Amino acid sequence: MLLIPCPYCGERDETEFSYGGEAHIERPKEPDKLSDAEWADYVFMRPNSKGVLLERWVHSHGCRRWFNVARDTLTYKIHAVYKMGEKRPRVPKTDYV
Amino acid sequence: MADSFLRHSPLAHLGLAGRAGAFEAGTAIEAGVTMGERPYRGLVNLRGPAGDKAFADAVQKALGAALPVEPNTTTGKGDVAVFWLGPDEWWVVTPSDGPATADKLRAALAGQKAAVTDVSESRTCIHIRGAQARDLLAKGCPLDLHPRVFAAGQCAQSLCAKAMITLHQVANDDAEDGKDGGPAYDVYVLNSFAEYLWLWLEDAAREYGLRITSQ
Amino acid sequence: MAQTFRLPEGGQIDRAQSLGFSFDGGRYRGYGGDSLASALLANGIHFVGRSFKYHRPRGIFAAGFEEPNALVQLGEDPRTDPNQLATLVELVEGLAARSQNRWPSLDYDIGALNNLASRAFPSGFYYKTFMWPATMWMKYEHFIRHAAGMGQSPRERDPDRYDKTQAHCDVLVVGAGPAGLAAALAAARSGARVVLAEQDHLLGGALLGEAEATIGGAPALDWARAAEAELRSLPEVRVLGRTTVYGYFDHNFLTLIEKVTDHLNRKPEHLPRHRLWKLRAKQVVLATGSIERPLVFRDNDRPGIMLAGACRTYVNRYAVKPGTTAVVFTNNDSAYGAALDMQAAGIEIAAIVDLRREVIGPMSEAAEAAGLPILADHAIVATEGGRRIKRVRAAPMDPSGGQVYVSGEPIDCDLLAVSGGWSPTLHLHSQAKGEIAWNEELGCFVPGEARQAAHSAGACNAAFGLASCLAEGATAGQKAAAAAGFKAKGRKKAAPKAADHGFLPARWLWLVPSDTPLGHGGKHFHELQNDVTAADLQLALREGYRSIEHVKRYTTTGMGTDQGKTSNVNAIGIVAEATGRAVPEVGVTTFRPPFTPVTFGVFAGRDVDELLDPVRRTPMHGWHQQAGALFEDVGQWRRAWYYPRAGEDMHAAVTREVREVRRSLGIMDASTLGKIDIQGSDASELLNRIYTNAWKKLEVGRCRYGLMLGEDGMVMDDGVTARLGENHYLMTTTTGNAAPVLAHLEEYIQTEWPEFDVYCTSVTEQFATISIAGPNARRLLAELTSDIELSPNDFPHMAVRDGTVAGVPARVFRVSFTGEAAYEINVPSSFGLAVWQATMTAGEKYGITPYGTEAMHVLRAEKGFIIVGQETDGSINPIDLGMDWIVSKKKDFVGKRSLTRSDMAKPDRKQLVGILTDDPAVVLPEGAHLVERVEPQPPMAMLGHVSSSYYSPNVGRSIALALVKGGLAKKGQKLTAPLLDGRKIGCTVVDPVFFDPEGDRLRG
Repeated sequence: MLLIPCPYCGERDETEFSYGGEAHIERPKEPDKLSDAEWADYVFMRPNSKGVLLERWVHSHGCRRWFNVARDTLTYKIHAVYKMGEKRPRVPKTDYV
Repeated sequence: MADSFLRHSPLAHLGLAGRAGAFEAGTAIEAGVTMGERPYRGLVNLRGPAGDKAFADAVQKALGAALPVEPNTTTGKGDVAVFWLGPDEWWVVTPSDGPATADKLRAALAGQKAAVTDVSESRTCIHIRGAQARDLLAKGCPLDLHPRVFAAGQCAQSLCAKAMITLHQVANDDAEDGKDGGPAYDVYVLNSFAEYLWLWLEDAAREYGLRITSQ
Repeated sequence: MAQTFRLPEGGQIDRAQSLGFSFDGGRYRGYGGDSLASALLANGIHFVGRSFKYHRPRGIFAAGFEEPNALVQLGEDPRTDPNQLATLVELVEGLAARSQNRWPSLDYDIGALNNLASRAFPSGFYYKTFMWPATMWMKYEHFIRHAAGMGQSPRERDPDRYDKTQAHCDVLVVGAGPAGLAAALAAARSGARVVLAEQDHLLGGALLGEAEATIGGAPALDWARAAEAELRSLPEVRVLGRTTVYGYFDHNFLTLIEKVTDHLNRKPEHLPRHRLWKLRAKQVVLATGSIERPLVFRDNDRPGIMLAGACRTYVNRYAVKPGTTAVVFTNNDSAYGAALDMQAAGIEIAAIVDLRREVIGPMSEAAEAAGLPILADHAIVATEGGRRIKRVRAAPMDPSGGQVYVSGEPIDCDLLAVSGGWSPTLHLHSQAKGEIAWNEELGCFVPGEARQAAHSAGACNAAFGLASCLAEGATAGQKAAAAAGFKAKGRKKAAPKAADHGFLPARWLWLVPSDTPLGHGGKHFHELQNDVTAADLQLALREGYRSIEHVKRYTTTGMGTDQGKTSNVNAIGIVAEATGRAVPEVGVTTFRPPFTPVTFGVFAGRDVDELLDPVRRTPMHGWHQQAGALFEDVGQWRRAWYYPRAGEDMHAAVTREVREVRRSLGIMDASTLGKIDIQGSDASELLNRIYTNAWKKLEVGRCRYGLMLGEDGMVMDDGVTARLGENHYLMTTTTGNAAPVLAHLEEYIQTEWPEFDVYCTSVTEQFATISIAGPNARRLLAELTSDIELSPNDFPHMAVRDGTVAGVPARVFRVSFTGEAAYEINVPSSFGLAVWQATMTAGEKYGITPYGTEAMHVLRAEKGFIIVGQETDGSINPIDLGMDWIVSKKKDFVGKRSLTRSDMAKPDRKQLVGILTDDPAVVLPEGAHLVERVEPQPPMAMLGHVSSSYYSPNVGRSIALALVKGGLAKKGQKLTAPLLDGRKIGCTVVDPVFFDPEGDRLRG
């Protein structure tokens, strides 16, 4: 079970959080101008990569705030957490096969 | 406000006063935990930009208490307590009359970016104290409640068993005569989960010996 | 019966405490501090079970958690536990144990025929034989399980109570042997919060089994007792005895099982039997020791063949002689220590058979000096004895160690003590994803880099000498504490002095040769619990299995309840040798939790019966109970379903409730509906983007129905939202979606539109909601309020008013889910019961009828109103529901773009329709499939399914809603519902509104 450092409340058990998928996928400003393929890419397609992933979590049983986590999907190591709107952190490059 | 004798607490049907004996009689050990339901208290949810001085000043003026900006802390003035719930969210806890507190805050914050919502009726408060109160909560709550981490005056939103709670460590009224009565907590829980949480805590407290008080 | 094998003195036992126990019906006595195994051995009993596959007699083999053979069934139903390790069971007065892998009895076992026919039982035998034909497997399995059996689970409900708790610490130390105690002391002295977990009830670990060990010149156990006393005196230290750390998960989350009352003769009522600790440690010190390996030689499984270290433990810790005449068989120095201790206890050492060419090493030399008979460069090539070993044959080997040319000399004995070297207990290190490396000299896997904040110390880190254990432990404890923020205080204490020899030198022969070819005239077991032999491994390799994981699954090696604690390394060594690979190339199989078996009850903890899941109650719940309501679960809420009167079944009760609502007046508890308070200058814009319809022009004091989609265009929720002020709304959600909808709003506000001035707060439980509906609803409300104007002009349908109802401040919505004129009265929840009672009293003259969720469902279905989650399932969009009227073409909203994807408007999507059966009395089952053409047999081309179906007293016939492919274009068409019972129900597709299609009643 992960120990997630909420940028507001501090370290809390994974049970207090909900997962929100990959981060930095911005909702298109003018969806009508997108092709079906482009829209489907926004709604459905995620690379599901092995290595450090920037992802969103929400502290649903705590402060109810959304934030971003840089987490290695292989080792589960959390490299950084940062608030919504903050700059992406520098994260180590992973060279998993 | 309507006659308060028309009120029913969400634990009223359990008849807490009558349950006490069942636990004391069954065990030969001294009660390590005391539990009770607090009477109605005012609970107002306050939202607004913590960094905005006008907002913070208006709140402080209305309540007398400063807005806590440190995570998981509370402030207080007289019988008003303010809990930090999130970076832009607080609870104002008063011994009675949530609607009046909400009105006062609304008036103070008129025209500002803020939201004031009376939630006094949504939750009840279970009070837990005693030498093993911390061990009891640890059975259901993932927070580290060790005094080095969580002390009197702190608050946190978390879980206890399968119920969402807001936990507030308070001074122990039993800690008289220089005797340490153990830690004391107020556990706020949604009304609909109150029976579940109470029964869960009763069961979990069995090994420590449980005393049930009127509050 | 006398304990004839008990030594007259010594041991960590309490001779004043004589305990009676039984094994397979025989009555025996042991002492306090005994394990079941030591008490059996004290009574001369080795033979305790039969093997899994061949039903060969098996005896107590080890003295700890690695025991593969001595699995027993404890107690009687309902307090019975299978597969308990006799070596770990603490003896208590009256303990009743049974051997379990035999039928009908241990001495006369029918399955033992398997041994005679063992040629017919190669590895993979069960797969090859019993899996075919597949339909017969159930029958075979029953027979196999009956004959073999792994004990019996209790048939009755477990009467014991189990506890779970969470805990946090700076340093967790796993294991209280010399390394663990040293680590705990070092960490604790720094002020860190320390948890020391030890599976045993005594602290000391390996020191408990050694007679000669000294620390700082004094007996090692004195040091251990002093360490324990110091640890117990420190306020921030928690010593957990009888506690096994069985799982090591991500981010230093570990699970422990504490056996609280198993060792107590009288179990206190208030204590749980076992406790599960869910522990988060900042740092972990693993001091889990090592496991002795057996040697793989012919017929190495007879009762009386034991690990040498175990023999030593029985002699020193339990004061028990495991035999009278012992042969010791070893490939390393450590077994000589066991031989010396056994000799000192009066056991005759008939021979020490050593695979090594030379007898070197401190213990070997001591034994040689003591005059023990030693056969170097010899192998044991055969053993004899049925229920107890009685003879071995030892023969010289060829220089390679691979062959024996003579049948060897017989040596009589009743005990064969075996040592094949020692393996660090890597389980937790590996569960934590730590790396594992092979150490060629030590002949074992050792921990590599840890992937979590963990430090291995002592024997589990391949430090086999006592002084090294103490030093490593102290260093690891200090490092761990420092990493957790606690620097050592004061002067560093020098490590106490102790001897520091391990078990080297050793000679690694994975397979001990015998005078017949492998697999002929005997069996070389490497895995005792699952009865797997070296020949089985070689067969698997011949059949093409190369990966050790595949070999494991094919042969079942390491797949018993002991997970191969004594066998895995030997199996890997044999596979490596047979395939000409180096051991690291073969690799290790995965270590998985639990380290040792864990009682099911402790996983459940107190989450059973009424505490299994929260039952959410509304403020009026007790009233419904008293009124005799039956309840249905809606999420975690328990809602009144219907209120049967005397003699009424469900159909009669629901029909009455539905009729009464339309005739006069009904009352329903709607408190469970989600309510979200939305405030801020962007509140209207938020609603505009979240709902499919437009919100900006809604007047203050009015309500509007809204449909909420996911970004994929599918219906997510619906409900009525009221505008309470210019910048203030109250949104309602369906009961089940209250939390998901709030989360949905917050997600968009916080992550997509952070510039919004808007705040959302859940107020679901702030209010009790009393819904009154029917032609007399307005009349009733008029009696309860004096400050709300109720005429349809002043308070029209879809409006909201604040005022007082029954003397209580209330907010009243005029909304309807039934098609009748209806009011939802919201009052502070603590007043809910009082207002409900006042409403019931005032409504008596109208025959006010409480109705439940079932009647509500019928009433809304009569009107063709959907229920999210019943008419929708995450794959239904507004067009499918015929609700395009509520979808704005102008503004953007969540899910809009998806609606214009070409496949969202396809005419053959499943669409909402009404269904009328040809026979109006027939009520279709919900979920029934609809077809155009009936075939004699499935499969039939399916057009859709019935989503809601009821008998409607107001329409006077059955009605149904269904989702049918291209349904909107099929109005009037005949379909058939072929049911499971063989009936084929003819029906017609119709419009989904069955009652008052103009809506005159609700506006009245």
